[in-house]
Amino acid sequence: MQDYISSLSNTASRKFETFSYLPPLDAEQTRTQIQYIIDKGWNPSIEHTEPEHASDSYWYMWKLPMFGETSVDAIIKELEACHAAHPNNHVRLLGLDNFAQCAGTSMVIYHGKTV
Amino acid sequence: MAKTYDAGVKQYRETYWMPDYTPKDTDILACFKITPQEGVPREEVAAAVAAESSTGTWTTVWTDLLTDLDHYKGRSYAIEDVPGDDTCFYAFVAYPIDLFEEGSVVNVMTSLVGNVFGFKALRALRLEDVRFPIAYVMTCNGPPQGIQMERDILNKYGRPFLGCTIKPKLGLSAKNYGRACYEGLRGGLDFTKDDENINSQPFMRWRGRFDFVMEAIHKAEAETGERKGHYLNVTAPTSDEMMKRAEYAKEIGAPIIMHDYITGGWSANTQLAQWCQDNGMLLHIHRAMHAVIDRNPHHGIHFRVLAKILRLSGGDHLHSGTVVGKLEGDREATLGWIDIMRDSFIKEDRSRGIFFDQDWGSMPGVIPVASGGIHVWHMPALVNIFGDDSCLQFGGGTLGHPWGNAAGAAANRVAVEACVEARNQGRELEKEGKDILTSAAKHSPELSAAMDTWKEIKFEFDTVDKIDAAHK
Repeated sequence: MQDYISSLSNTASRKFETFSYLPPLDAEQTRTQIQYIIDKGWNPSIEHTEPEHASDSYWYMWKLPMFGETSVDAIIKELEACHAAHPNNHVRLLGLDNFAQCAGTSMVIYHGKTV
Repeated sequence: MAKTYDAGVKQYRETYWMPDYTPKDTDILACFKITPQEGVPREEVAAAVAAESSTGTWTTVWTDLLTDLDHYKGRSYAIEDVPGDDTCFYAFVAYPIDLFEEGSVVNVMTSLVGNVFGFKALRALRLEDVRFPIAYVMTCNGPPQGIQMERDILNKYGRPFLGCTIKPKLGLSAKNYGRACYEGLRGGLDFTKDDENINSQPFMRWRGRFDFVMEAIHKAEAETGERKGHYLNVTAPTSDEMMKRAEYAKEIGAPIIMHDYITGGWSANTQLAQWCQDNGMLLHIHRAMHAVIDRNPHHGIHFRVLAKILRLSGGDHLHSGTVVGKLEGDREATLGWIDIMRDSFIKEDRSRGIFFDQDWGSMPGVIPVASGGIHVWHMPALVNIFGDDSCLQFGGGTLGHPWGNAAGAAANRVAVEACVEARNQGRELEKEGKDILTSAAKHSPELSAAMDTWKEIKFEFDTVDKIDAAHK
């Protein structure tokens, strides 16, 4: 029997977006997930926020969504640029499905210091 | 020239069997599986079904001549063999749209499955499928929010929703019940759920349950940073009482409520769904009593029809069966009706038991809920069968975890995310399921313990209601 470790005061209990119960994606895993977004025909979109506002619907858009972008490297470059400009913020990558008019997926790529 | 009145009993087929009729785009079409009494010709019994479910009665009446029956009558326009079963046949019936009140599944079904099901010339009768024309669909309110709105309201993308029905089904006090919800939600569930027969019994009145559950939701949200909900069951003895409970759920900020659409009734359901749309609430739909109606392959109403009725009447979630769990459900047929719930256009596909094209236009979809006897080892198959736009609900498979609900919830959440990650990488879930779960369990002791607990459980009874096929 093991205790379930989670509490209001433990910031590790906070979870965000699609893969939040798995260990953070490594570089190769991130590439495969980006490729999945491209293969689905979704538009990659990068957003970031101060950790204290992580539960808001709207995070800040990093530029405009990358409509029609099919290069994994180009998307990674923008993620890196967003992270460099906002090193303390959470940065997430969404795949916007314009037919469903809804995000197809959303995953945190860089974690700020969670509150 | 005007018709003359000729009293007496005519054969139904003289008026209602029209093999040359081409159905109109606006007709409501139905496919019945008819098991006739011996010696009754197929055309006669098919015509009788068309007559008795539309304008006809057993004898000619003079008032028939005061209207234009050719405009209003249902027509049986085709007959087909049932593959692999000589005791019955399919009859196709077209109903003019003017027979029905707009926006009323109650009215449509009162005709289609009314008196005709007790008709003596039949040994058994089953409504297999109904094509609702887009002209009729447009008169119905449909799901209150729809799949995309639900994702945006709850901020959940790229994976199935995860839920848990609280057990024991009956007998917990409100505070103990809220505890069970809190533990599940803090462990990583998106939803917990009232069981269908939780209404407002002496051991736990609705009001106390709503208050304690709402506290559980708020605390779990603060703790995890995620948005969460609990299906507060507002099914009640009267629709006034139902609305009172729904209003209170809204007042305390609950995002989602629940209704049992068959036992509660379709009038009440449609009323509640419209209210939910006006009040920004999600609506989860349970289907208690469906198996009484849909399980017998020769008599009753197929579940794909009950699913269409719910989409028209309104609901954001509907229980769909699991294929893999403890409750009945043929795989191909289930895939057929989950398409019927979610997609905007579904092609005729006899291999899935779909007899007609169905166009829903812009009516939102319903999320299929897989619930009943499933646990973490079923996860790879469930993600593969249901895809992202679904809600996977583990009751015993959460609460039965040896370390409690929170650990059980975390195990399922890790498993669903690991399966989604693997699927996105192009891996075959049902083949590689064991590897995927085993490697995810390396960093989740909760998942590891769940896998040890449920390893051996399987449900391998054969399905009673299968797709009609020549070689069973």
